[in-house]
Amino acid sequence: MAGIPHDHYEPKSNGEKWLASRLPIVGLLYDTLMIPTPKNLNWMWIWGIVLTFCLVLQIVTGIVLVMHYTPHVDMAFSSVEHIMRNVNGGYMLRYMHQNGASLFFIAVYAHIFRGLYYGSYKAPREITWIIGMLIYLMMMGTAFMGYVLPWGQMSFWGATVITGLFGAIPFVGEALQTWLLGGPAVDNATLNRFFSLHYLLPFVIAGLVIVHIWAFHTTGNNNPTGVEVRRTSKEEAEKDTLPFWPYFVIKDLFALAVILAVFFAIVGFMPNYLGHPDNYIEANPLATPAHIVPEWYFLPFYAILRAFTGEVWVVQIASFFTGGIIDAKFFGVLAMFGAIAVMALAPWLDTSSVRSGRYRPMFKWWFALLVIDFFALMWLGAMPAEEPYATFSLIASAYWFAYFLVILPLLGVMEKPLARPDTIEEDFAAHYPKSSDATPAE
Amino acid sequence: MFRTLTLSAVAAFGFATAGLAAGAEGHIEDFDFSFEGPFGTYDQNQLQRGLQVYTEVCAACHGLKFVPIRSLAEEGGPNMPEDQVRAYAENFEVFDPELDDFRPAKTSDHFPESGLENAPDLSLMAKARAGFHGPYGLGINQFFKGIGGPEYIASLLTGYTGEEKEQAGVTFYENTAFPGGWISMAPPIYGEDVEYADGHENDLHHIAEDVSAFLMWTAEPKMMARKQAGFVGVLFLTLLSVLLYLTNKRIWAPVKGKKTS
Repeated sequence: MAGIPHDHYEPKSNGEKWLASRLPIVGLLYDTLMIPTPKNLNWMWIWGIVLTFCLVLQIVTGIVLVMHYTPHVDMAFSSVEHIMRNVNGGYMLRYMHQNGASLFFIAVYAHIFRGLYYGSYKAPREITWIIGMLIYLMMMGTAFMGYVLPWGQMSFWGATVITGLFGAIPFVGEALQTWLLGGPAVDNATLNRFFSLHYLLPFVIAGLVIVHIWAFHTTGNNNPTGVEVRRTSKEEAEKDTLPFWPYFVIKDLFALAVILAVFFAIVGFMPNYLGHPDNYIEANPLATPAHIVPEWYFLPFYAILRAFTGEVWVVQIASFFTGGIIDAKFFGVLAMFGAIAVMALAPWLDTSSVRSGRYRPMFKWWFALLVIDFFALMWLGAMPAEEPYATFSLIASAYWFAYFLVILPLLGVMEKPLARPDTIEEDFAAHYPKSSDATPAE
Repeated sequence: MFRTLTLSAVAAFGFATAGLAAGAEGHIEDFDFSFEGPFGTYDQNQLQRGLQVYTEVCAACHGLKFVPIRSLAEEGGPNMPEDQVRAYAENFEVFDPELDDFRPAKTSDHFPESGLENAPDLSLMAKARAGFHGPYGLGINQFFKGIGGPEYIASLLTGYTGEEKEQAGVTFYENTAFPGGWISMAPPIYGEDVEYADGHENDLHHIAEDVSAFLMWTAEPKMMARKQAGFVGVLFLTLLSVLLYLTNKRIWAPVKGKKTS
């Protein structure tokens, strides 16, 4: 695997040989666990393990929650209260699942921005990147549908607003929305299908995660220098890499334990901090909440959705040239999905031959601005749709698109990159001067 | 570069994502409740006093339909003796579909629902309302002082100005805590509405505080167990982190060329 020369599993005993000739599962596990990993990975390379843990946590707590939950408009809300009050440890299960979604998204955003900074999306890792984007999309779908299940006010009205987006699609929108909801409005049919899909999608995500891992185990990990591991000989490869076990497993587990300590503090001491109080009011189709706000992890894209109103000239031009087919609402929907699409297209929009942002003096600043922009959008998404927030949202949305569509293509041509180390070994030695005369314990 | 970015991102995250509710535009007073902070606990005497206020005042219109009466005996709650809970349950009449008639409530029943149609159920009110979440919608206040549900309830109960107005045949009462400033609920308590058996002060402020604490318990009956689980979890994971840190250091020491200690 990874095209990096390394030792493979050799079945020794007769039993091992017997199994290996029939099902080479031990060899597969060995190669996966012992994969040569660039030894200079920094702390931003821990999020993959955190994400894997989150997926397992959500599936395990979710399966137990399902044992006590009732997907029916008359009983969903009270069945959640039943979990919170009567089920043994139910309050912990529910709060862990609820805040687990937040941890999942914190980790995925850190993971994505890591990839954007170190150019992990660039050749030959485009497939890993695209699969990752698919996982992210499915996560958003799963989280959205999961939020509907407790059947609180925000569940109901969030579902109404978001499924309404599909209604904005020209010609087929209304029919599509009715088909998605299973009726003219959010009701029992909607709750039931969301429940069914909320249970199904995590397993699809798990499948995609395996493909994601398979893809980057084929290309090998990226690393902070963006310089590839030497593959010419096993000796050279071993100077650039260390096996995943135990070096990175222990490192990642340490990071995971620290993150989980913070996570437990939130679950134990302030489990509702990231939630919305309105979701403790049972859904009422007759009473619209004053502000309908999605969960924090959707806010940046929610801000982009709302930024393009009928007063924006781009929207007016689009509307004029399409004869009104693309109106402000549909433009907003296109912008929201477009914001994720441009991110997915990063491998082909970035023209720079240098992978890591570490050696790109101009890119660094534009990237820092993108991170600030992301948080600004998150904040703006929670603000009411009025001035000055509307203008700010428009500027912030414009930068998001400009970064991917203008800055990334231009920088590759304009920027003069800094000198990069020739090998990972060299980079590692620069950080740990004494390492050159040390040998890893085998 | 990335490290600085990460740190500032983490800091920004804490503020940008917090309780994004536009809960109340009204003025929420800060009350000192015993259950605030990571180690705060319910004051059982206060919960029992709050139950008394609820029973004698609120229950006339409002219900607690998600709260089983038996939970009054729970240790993390009012912790009332079983026989007292049994006697208390008989105060309520519930409809029994098997008998097809009303009967006195048993401890296994829930509190009744709201008797008045426009009186909201109070079971979760302390979690369904929030205090000031700003400044600038950043949730900083809530991070340090809590979401502010019980504070909202206590502020509402003490926030009547005495002004009234009539609109379309409905009387509204001016209230400094209620969003919009005018509420259709008449002032439910004025002070000295209940006589506490333990001789605790029964002015408006204290009664409001007691019943708000009680409603926090009805909304979050497992709070004490949850905080304990959180504490054990944090402690255990911190210990695990230290052990993994030392293990990690030791494993990497020969690679990084540092001394193995």
